[in-house]
Amino acid sequence: MEKILTKNFGLKDSHTLAVYESTGGYGALKKLFAMQPKDVVEEVKQSGLRGRGGAGFPTGMKWSFVPQDNPKPKYLCVNADESEPGTFKDRYILELDPHRLIEGIIICCFAIRSHTAYIYIRGEFVFPYHRIEAAVREAYAKGYLGKNIQGGGYDLDVFVHRGAGAYICGEETALMESLEGKRGMPRLKPPFPAVVGLFGCPTVINNVETIAALPYILEQGAAGYRKFGTEKSPGTKLFSVSGHVQRPGNYEVPLGYPLKKLIYEDCGGMRDGKALKAVIPGGSSVPVLTAAEAEEVTLDYEALAAKGSMLGSGGVIVMDETVDMVKALTNLAHFYSHESCGQCSPCREGTGWSHKILKRMLAGEGRPGDLEQLEKNADHMMGKTICVLADALAMPIQSYLKKFRKEFEAYIKK
Amino acid sequence: MPNITIDGKQITVKDGTSVFEAARQHGIEIPHFCYHPKLSIAGNCRMCLVDIEKMPKPAISCNTVATEGMVVHTQTEKVKALQKNVLEFILINHPIDCPVCDQAGECKLQQYYMDHTLADSNFREQKVKKPKKVVLGPYVMLDDERCILCTRCVRFCDEVTKTGDLCVTQRGDRSTLTTFPGKQLDNKYSLNTVDICPVGALTSKPFRFQCRVWFLKSTPSICTGCSTGCNIQINHHDGKVYRYLPRENEAVNQCWTCDEGRLSYDFINEGRLYRPSVHEGGKDQGVSAEAALAEIAGALQRLAPEDAVFVGSAYESNENNAALKKLAEALGVKDLQYSAHEVDNPYADDFLMKADKNPNRAGVERLGFQPFRGGTQAKVVVALEGLGKSDLARLKSEEPLLLVLLASNQSETADYADVILPTATFAEQEGSFTNFQNRVQKFDKALEPEGAIKPAWRWIAEIAQAMGKDLKIAGAERLLEESFGLKYADLGTSGKVL
Repeated sequence: MEKILTKNFGLKDSHTLAVYESTGGYGALKKLFAMQPKDVVEEVKQSGLRGRGGAGFPTGMKWSFVPQDNPKPKYLCVNADESEPGTFKDRYILELDPHRLIEGIIICCFAIRSHTAYIYIRGEFVFPYHRIEAAVREAYAKGYLGKNIQGGGYDLDVFVHRGAGAYICGEETALMESLEGKRGMPRLKPPFPAVVGLFGCPTVINNVETIAALPYILEQGAAGYRKFGTEKSPGTKLFSVSGHVQRPGNYEVPLGYPLKKLIYEDCGGMRDGKALKAVIPGGSSVPVLTAAEAEEVTLDYEALAAKGSMLGSGGVIVMDETVDMVKALTNLAHFYSHESCGQCSPCREGTGWSHKILKRMLAGEGRPGDLEQLEKNADHMMGKTICVLADALAMPIQSYLKKFRKEFEAYIKK
Repeated sequence: MPNITIDGKQITVKDGTSVFEAARQHGIEIPHFCYHPKLSIAGNCRMCLVDIEKMPKPAISCNTVATEGMVVHTQTEKVKALQKNVLEFILINHPIDCPVCDQAGECKLQQYYMDHTLADSNFREQKVKKPKKVVLGPYVMLDDERCILCTRCVRFCDEVTKTGDLCVTQRGDRSTLTTFPGKQLDNKYSLNTVDICPVGALTSKPFRFQCRVWFLKSTPSICTGCSTGCNIQINHHDGKVYRYLPRENEAVNQCWTCDEGRLSYDFINEGRLYRPSVHEGGKDQGVSAEAALAEIAGALQRLAPEDAVFVGSAYESNENNAALKKLAEALGVKDLQYSAHEVDNPYADDFLMKADKNPNRAGVERLGFQPFRGGTQAKVVVALEGLGKSDLARLKSEEPLLLVLLASNQSETADYADVILPTATFAEQEGSFTNFQNRVQKFDKALEPEGAIKPAWRWIAEIAQAMGKDLKIAGAERLLEESFGLKYADLGTSGKVL
């Protein structure tokens, strides 16, 4: 299959401008500058591209929410704060093909009439940071960024900003708060970022992978992009496979790809001949799938939703029969209680409480009523807060308890 | 002007009104912690969740704008469960040390627990430990375990005083309210954070552990700290003032008051003059009221009106100054001056604090008293309240024949006075002050005057009586009516601008 996002990953020095240009990189710009911004938005709408950060919101529609009569500057924030456990796709784009991201940024900014973009990169991503920073410098030097890009009469500045190590700063409005120099905490919505975003100005925020798909869409057109994937989930997606498979790693496959095929063919099957027990298909916050569910499902927004889970960020965590699901959930509860920003009562208290119950169960002190309390906590957190971090623990609690209840019951003292 | 339905009630509200405010305007109080009408919306406590038809999830009413046709439920079983569940979360790490908490009795957490939960907690784990007695600033203490992280105090310092003193550090249930490193919560309005703290996390250093709030009685009054005349409640118990709290008056102080004014009540409790006295042989001799009045009456009668100077006070009420003016008119005394409290380097800003630390300069001037200029040699001076420092120095250098002082507190002026009549402070009588906006504002009587203490206007009536004259003073309200043409009912709760 033709690759869109990972096409250059195997090339030597794929991160350099020379190699990117040699593969036709920045070729979309000529076409871009001949277009009207609204036509670019329309093309992306037609392509059916959806946000690859987790929520899956239609990208072109998001752009069209930016009010063009607003006299304030417009901004693009590129969310490179990839922190969802099990997800490591953006990191590879930043490391191995940073110019694809920059070309995508130019396309997006042109479409929304923005002249400033910020790449907010996870603080721990030191190596990817150096790569993207170097790529931005190269792009400036060769006139792909700055004033009058490639003589197209269009100006754009790109700034790379490092985060300081908080998962919550991957939430789009917390990212903007952090970028503004404030404490990274999600903002109340409405207003939405498209109207009141970074520095109070209209802002589009997109994931690295979403932006990196744009050069292809512009060159090949919406129809070209739609050759991949399904009717409702067009295009390709990067899946970061980790856990008990033979060949963990990033895999670019068309949406609608069978999860079974990904695990057993692309990743070489289960490690050490063990049986598959469970799969988290889209990053640690989405509901877990049993082995049976995982073997039936295809990797697209609709099929995963039908199975009660989500495509999320594409972080596929494969667990074999040796995994203790109570331990696995405790690990997640620890993560989310540690990363809760603490502003909303249900999340601040509910994540910590749930973690404490699970930790006690693991220590052999499970009590009757614990499972019911965990379920209540999940119910009382779900959908009750400013952002979805509380949901991100509530969904695993609900799905683990439902699908692997016997394992949890075994931890309760009779 | 959208029409909405809240709990079956049809309501029309102004454009842009939140569901929370729409409900409140129509007598439906939605429980809340973080919402405050004078602060930005934080939406973090999640206590005001309501059920709105056609919305996929429960919505916080504070951040939901009422739109045409909206149908809101605030009292259904579903909504009650939402409130109960949020409360349970807020309570799991709360220490529930209500018996030793100053906020007990006026705590929203306690109140909502009584209103919405009344159930045992299901929490069986170790609570998060946090610092229990943090000195945030000169007047404010923090018990971080009690803090529910509503951030009202943080927003107050960011948005009202714009001093940005407070912040939250750490994350999740370890979140901690604090000041920035090396900084203190020491803005001039810091105690407002204690007022708006819905729980007992922030307490007032001067008030903590002094009195259980359910013993306190509350009397509407006016702060005497400066010429702004912030509207306050005097909280008192058993004849003692324990604190002032701001009282809402949008036109004067909104719902705030400064620390300096708020803590200016000590003079009511301490250093008082309790009995009439006459200065003889180098010290004050307590005398009967009759004896003191006879002394004053005798002195005034012996002299021509030109040999008397009457000194009103910018610290005294309209009524008491008006009474002094009445006496002057009855006796033909023309020299009416006034003195004012003087402070070295008075602090002033463009918010509530004025450099003039007197509550009634506008009132005493309106009555025709002139700023103190002296000229008291060999004259009888009748003065209300202690004189300002420079005025007193001048008076002393002029050596008046007799200084009659009607004052509430011991002072340098009182030490120098020949005859003293002990007067009620504003807290022990009703009356009014005229603030810098020429707004006449009423204060009520909070405390009973002790012993021989009386409002100045009563003493003044008695001085006249001792001289065989009747000033026909029929009470404080009549004094205001005669001099300002206003009845107390005209002043309402927010005062009347002249």
